[in-house]
Amino acid sequence: MDLDDTPEQAAYRAQVRSWLDQHAGEAPVLQGPGALEDENEIIAARRVWQGKLAEGGLAGVTWPKEYGGQGLGPIEQVICGQEIARAKVPGILDAIGVGMLGPTIIAHGDDEQKARYLGPMLHGDEVWCQLFSEPAAGSDLAAVQTRARLQDDGSWRLTGQKVWTTNAQFASFGLLLARTDADVPKHKGLTMFIVPMDAPGVTVRGLRQISGEAEFNEVFFDDVALDAGAVVGGVGNGWGTALTTLMFERVTIGLGSEGLGYNSARFAAAIAGDPDGRRDPEVRRNLGEVTSELLAVRFTGYRTLSALQRGQIPGPEAGLAKITIVNGAIKAGDLIADVRGPDALADDSQWAYMISFLPGLKSAGGTEEILRNTVGERVLGLPPEPRLDKGIPFSELRAKEGAPA
Amino acid sequence: MNLALSDEQVFLREAARGTLSRFQTLEAARDALDGDENALPDMWPAAREAGWPGLLIDEAHGGAGLDAFDAMLVMGECGRVLAAIPLLGHLPATAILSDSPNAAEFLADLASGERRAAYLPSCPPDDVHERWSGDPEDGMRRAELPSAVPGDEAGRVRLNGKFAFVPDAPGADALVGVALLEGRPVGVAVLGDASGVEVEPVRRYDATRSLGHVSLNDAPGVLLDAPEESLAAAWHLAQALIAADSLGSVETALEMSVAYAKERHTFGRAIGSYQAVKHSLTEVLRQLENGRSLLYYAGWARRGAPAEFPLAASAARSVAGRALDYGARTMISVHGGIGATWEHDAPLYFRRSELSRRLLGGTALASDRVAGELMAQATAA
Repeated sequence: MDLDDTPEQAAYRAQVRSWLDQHAGEAPVLQGPGALEDENEIIAARRVWQGKLAEGGLAGVTWPKEYGGQGLGPIEQVICGQEIARAKVPGILDAIGVGMLGPTIIAHGDDEQKARYLGPMLHGDEVWCQLFSEPAAGSDLAAVQTRARLQDDGSWRLTGQKVWTTNAQFASFGLLLARTDADVPKHKGLTMFIVPMDAPGVTVRGLRQISGEAEFNEVFFDDVALDAGAVVGGVGNGWGTALTTLMFERVTIGLGSEGLGYNSARFAAAIAGDPDGRRDPEVRRNLGEVTSELLAVRFTGYRTLSALQRGQIPGPEAGLAKITIVNGAIKAGDLIADVRGPDALADDSQWAYMISFLPGLKSAGGTEEILRNTVGERVLGLPPEPRLDKGIPFSELRAKEGAPA
Repeated sequence: MNLALSDEQVFLREAARGTLSRFQTLEAARDALDGDENALPDMWPAAREAGWPGLLIDEAHGGAGLDAFDAMLVMGECGRVLAAIPLLGHLPATAILSDSPNAAEFLADLASGERRAAYLPSCPPDDVHERWSGDPEDGMRRAELPSAVPGDEAGRVRLNGKFAFVPDAPGADALVGVALLEGRPVGVAVLGDASGVEVEPVRRYDATRSLGHVSLNDAPGVLLDAPEESLAAAWHLAQALIAADSLGSVETALEMSVAYAKERHTFGRAIGSYQAVKHSLTEVLRQLENGRSLLYYAGWARRGAPAEFPLAASAARSVAGRALDYGARTMISVHGGIGATWEHDAPLYFRRSELSRRLLGGTALASDRVAGELMAQATAA
C-alpha cells in the first residue's frame, strides 16, 4: 500500500511538469493582479489555452490516440490534473465535452461524427454542452419530454426545453436526449442527437440562482431542424447512450471532487483566522467532524483510482462521496458563518457564494435521495421501490400524471 | 499509487476471521453480561498461535514485522464479532517498547505472547492543550499523568499517580505509558505484579472490554529511551486501532441490518424497499466507507508521512466512532422491537459502541484534535 508514483507515473508527471514549466506563462490570468475581467475575453483566452493544452497532450489524456488523445489511463489523467493545479494555471474550458460528451461520441458515434466533432472539441475550437435535464426530468432522466419528430425526408424536428445547462451561452454544439417515440415505455423511446447551438429556433437564457449569478442556462427548442446525421448511437437507443455519459460523469465527479474547493484545509484556515473560534471546544468538535469526512473523501478517491488501475469501473458508491462533500461543505459553511458572523454573508464573500451554491448542488447529478436509492439497491442489494412506470408507454404515463392530451 | 490490499493482507484478514470463528463470542458476551464470570473464553492462546501479539514487533525480535494497517485488519475482525482479545492494550505498548533500545530484551516474550503488555493511555499535547494528559476517572477534566522520580539505579524510576480505564490492564504482565519526570514526558514500563502497582478491574456496560484503573504508589519502573515522538505515536496508534475495531463492528451491524431488511415484510413488501430504511442503511455504508478510507490514510501515514499520523488517526477515530453509534442504533431500529431485546445481538453491538466511544480520550477528543491539527497546518502555511 503506498501513495507514491510508479517509475512510469513519475516519468509521466515529470513530462507534464516540464511542459507546464515552459508554457505556464502563456496561460490566461484569471485571479490576482492583471486578471482578465470581461467574460467574453476570459472565454476566448481559455479556448486558446485549451488548444495549447491539447497540443501539449494535457487535454484528452484518456482519449484514444486516433482522436488526438494520449491513450493513457485515469491515473495519468489525475496526475495531469494535479500538475495543472500545482502550476496554478486554468485547466481546460470544456471539461464537460472532453470529460463526458467526447467519450460518449467515441463510444457510440459513427466515423463521420468522430471525424467532424472530436478534434475541434478537444482543442476548444468548439465548446459543447450537455442537454439532458429538463424541468420535469432530472433524477428521473428517462422522463424527458423534449420531442424529436421524424420527417418524411429523414430529417428531424425538435421542440422542447432543457435546463441546468452549463456553458450553453457559448457552446457550438449540444448532446441532446430527446423522445422520438412516446408510444413505447419511457426508456425505449429515446434518441441522442447532436444539436448545433446556432440553429434557428434554439434560444439560450441565463438561469440565475440563489447567488444572483447565472452559471447555468435554460435552452429552448422551437421546431429546430436536425438532419439525419445528427443521431448518435441509433434511433431508440438514447437511454443506453445516456448511461455512457452518466458513467463518465461519475468518474469525472469522483476524481475531480477536490477541484470544487470543498476541502478540509480551506475550511480549517477560515476558522483558524478567528482567535476565539479556534479555541472554542464546540467549534473545534464540529470542525473536526466535518473535516474528517472531507479528508476521507480524498482517500476514497485514491481507492477509486486503485480500482481503476486494476481495470475495475467505479460503481455507484462514488455517489456516496458526492453526498459527503456536499453535506460536509454545507456544515462547514454554516460553521464558518457562525464563527465569522454576518460578514461571512457579505456580497463579495467567498462563503456567501459557497453557501448560496450548495443547496442546488445537493440535487446536481441526481438528488441525494435518488443517489441513496441507487446505492442501496446496487451496492447493498436492497429491493427496489415499487415502480409504477415499468412497461407502460410514455404517452399513457403522461396521461395518468394528468398531462394535457 | 496502490491502496489495494496485498495478497498477504487478504490472507491475514481471512485467517483472522477463521481463527475468531472458532469462538462463540456473541453468546459469551451476553452470558458475561448476565453475570457468568467464566463466560468469556481465553482467546489469548489463539491470538498467540496466529502471531498477533508480535504484529508490530520486528522479525529480529521475534515479531511479524508488520505495520499499523495490518494490525488494523486484525482489529477489524475482532470488532466484527466483539471478540474480547487484549490487543488494544498490547499493541500500542509493543510499539513504544519497539522504539526503546533499552527494552529490546523484553520484546521476544511480548512478540510470542508469553507475556502480555497493556498501554497506559497517555495523550500528547495539541495546539491548545500544552500538557500531556491522562483519561479522567470521571468528568471532563483531563487527568494529570503520574510523576516519575529517579530510582535507586540508573535507568530506574519510582512512579506515583493513576491511569484510569486502561484497556486490558487486568492480568497484564507489563504496563507501558508516559510519566512526567521533572515535568518532562518520559516513557515508562512497570511490571503488573510489582510492589506499589494496583490494578483494579472495572467493567462498564460492555462485558467484552477488559478495563482497569491502575494506581502507582512509589512503584518501581524502567525509564524507556523511546523518543517523545514514539510516545505520542502510541496514542495515535491506539486511536487507529480502536477505529478499526469500531468499523469492524459497523460491518456486522450493516450486514445483519441489510439481511433483515430484505427478509422482513410489512404492508406487502420487504422493508428494505422503503426509502426511510434504505436511506438509513446507505448512511451506515457512507460512514463505514469514509472510515475505511481513513484507515488507509492512517495505515499509510504512520510510516509514510509521520507528521500526518496524528491527523489521520484522529480523523479515523472521529468518523469510526460516529459510524459505530449510527450503525448500532440503525441495527436496533431496522430490527424493530426485537432489536431492543436481550436475546438479540444488536444490543451487544450497541453496548460495545457506547463504551468504545468513551475510551482512550473518547471520540470527541479525536474530533477536537483533527480540528487542531488542521488549524495548526493552516496557520503554518
